[in-house]
Amino acid sequence: MTKTLKGIAASDGIAIAKAYLLVQPDLSFSKSVIDDVTKETDRLQSAIDKSHDELQQIRDSAAKSLGEEEAQVFDAHMMILADPEFTGAVKTKIADEKVNAEAALDEVSTTFIGMFEAMTDNPYMQERAADIRDVTKRMMAHLLGVELPNPALIHEEVIIVAHDLTPSDTAQLNKKYVKAFVTDIGGRTAHSAIMARTLEIPAIVGAESVTTDITAGQEVIVDGNNGDIVIEPSAEEVTEYQEAAKAYATQKAEWQKLKNSATETANGVHFELAANIGTPKDLQGVLDNGAEAVGLYRTEFLYMDSAELPSEDDQFEAYKAVLEGMNGKPVVVRTMDIGGDKHLPYLPLPEEMNPFLGYRAIRISLDRQDIFRTQLRALLRASAFGRLRIMFPMIATLQEFRQAKGVLEEEKAKLVADGVKVGDIEVGIMIEIPAAAVLADQFAKEVDFFSIGTNDLIQYTMAADRGNEHVSYLYQPYNPSILRLVKHVIDSAHAEGKWAGMCGEAAGDPIMVPMLVGLGLDEFSMSATSILKVRSLMKNLNTEDMKQLAEKAINVSLTNDDNIKLVKENVKY
Amino acid sequence: MEKRDFHIVAETGIHARPATLLVQSASKFNSDINLEYKGKSVNLKSIMGVMSLGVGQGADVTISAEGTDEADAINAIVDTMKKEGLTE
Repeated sequence: MTKTLKGIAASDGIAIAKAYLLVQPDLSFSKSVIDDVTKETDRLQSAIDKSHDELQQIRDSAAKSLGEEEAQVFDAHMMILADPEFTGAVKTKIADEKVNAEAALDEVSTTFIGMFEAMTDNPYMQERAADIRDVTKRMMAHLLGVELPNPALIHEEVIIVAHDLTPSDTAQLNKKYVKAFVTDIGGRTAHSAIMARTLEIPAIVGAESVTTDITAGQEVIVDGNNGDIVIEPSAEEVTEYQEAAKAYATQKAEWQKLKNSATETANGVHFELAANIGTPKDLQGVLDNGAEAVGLYRTEFLYMDSAELPSEDDQFEAYKAVLEGMNGKPVVVRTMDIGGDKHLPYLPLPEEMNPFLGYRAIRISLDRQDIFRTQLRALLRASAFGRLRIMFPMIATLQEFRQAKGVLEEEKAKLVADGVKVGDIEVGIMIEIPAAAVLADQFAKEVDFFSIGTNDLIQYTMAADRGNEHVSYLYQPYNPSILRLVKHVIDSAHAEGKWAGMCGEAAGDPIMVPMLVGLGLDEFSMSATSILKVRSLMKNLNTEDMKQLAEKAINVSLTNDDNIKLVKENVKY
Repeated sequence: MEKRDFHIVAETGIHARPATLLVQSASKFNSDINLEYKGKSVNLKSIMGVMSLGVGQGADVTISAEGTDEADAINAIVDTMKKEGLTE
């Protein structure tokens, strides 16, 4: 029987494949007293052996599909599994205390995890706690006879079905076989959604019950263009969607022709279309989609994909690769934006009531200048290899900007004194805190550029957590209140001869783009996969008409919906 | 019993990759092999033991091996230490 679910369309495209459930099994157990120690020790040994075989297999598969570096984490797991102090302690506990293997394992691993987590002065050790936790989970699954999902072992085309996807989940996926993502929770800005757009595969997020409504191996259709998920489709439905997929491919091919064209409106006005990237690996997609710049390089992935703070040299190599890869085109690098929903295992942050309103981004950088200076030095050194623009995230006050820029100037002076070549760098800020948006006219005198981060600007202006589905109706990018802030930022930049860009999701949104064109936004930075679609849309727009449209959107419209209607009535798609 | 003293020169100490390689190297031998630092001794075949010592740059450590292949074991460990730049 066909069943249809609806979620939030988060990445375009249509996929048909079997479902792979990336769901953590129940690993709960009860502690019991045993009398046959040999039998219990054998159970443990068998779990160790099975875990070892499995890890070896995963390791080999990961090395082949993901690369040697990604595979090394499994080496670390195998070493823990082979550690006489660890497994030995579990065996001793079984023998001495006559407890079942599950309880002994749990207690020993809790002790070790606690020991490593307590090494707060050594982030590397703290991260080993996560390895011990992973290995324990695998052993526990074998003891309990349940199966852990092993995404690194996928070897046929699948649609990943998960409650949510974390960066560590997606790191283990063999992208070649993953045709789409669907998740229970999350919005368009969730990690899974961004990842899907980078991989150019369809994704539907926030579909609420996919992990319960879909069983492993069922055939599923994912329509990322409108958010429909069809479970066990009929033959007719399959044909219908195959045709839709073909039509979408044709449309994409049509857009592809614009790859080397300039971005111009119907009346010949140029706008800069840039791409958002997370790692140097994303550059290929940037070039394939004809981006004119990198408008947002999220450097936090350098930190998140590493076992310890990335060194100055490692960062330098990454920044240099991106600058050289763009071949003289501008690259906006955002300094570390950690905190909020992004954490580093080796940089413990305080537990906070409101992490999005707490210790994050520039606030951490200004406090932990050791980390900040390393990043700035790497950037300064890389600046000789291309056209670098540095952007500070989460700036709320002028003092913060001046302080951050001061640190940059200090490091620059040191490098120059050492004879290191440093290029011309533009220095700007993200506008995502309403305080900075409101004071943009003053900021514009001191910064070289603004880039508006819409997801956070909306969240902070509406006072609505963007991850909380109960208030997701307040995610209103077209609300006149938001547009007025955006207009003020753009006008303030222009008054001082500076430029304003946007690097949030809204910059690639077909409803938003016409209004932004009317407001005179200079640079639009989006997922690389949206660029050609937006370039095609801009060809149909006339800036004079859009100015009038934007004027109405700001001064006549009262609601988000008013503006959706306004744009749809006035723009030919 | 074979015993050897080392002065650690590597900037990051016995950490991450070098720790892993030392443990791998020690695990190939039958002898009991221990690493001693600041009066604490751990099994050199245990990654968690080695890492829990937190041996940093400038540390003086002692490695001892006892068993039928103790001489070979110590030699192999000296090789690994040198190759990884832990010691000079």
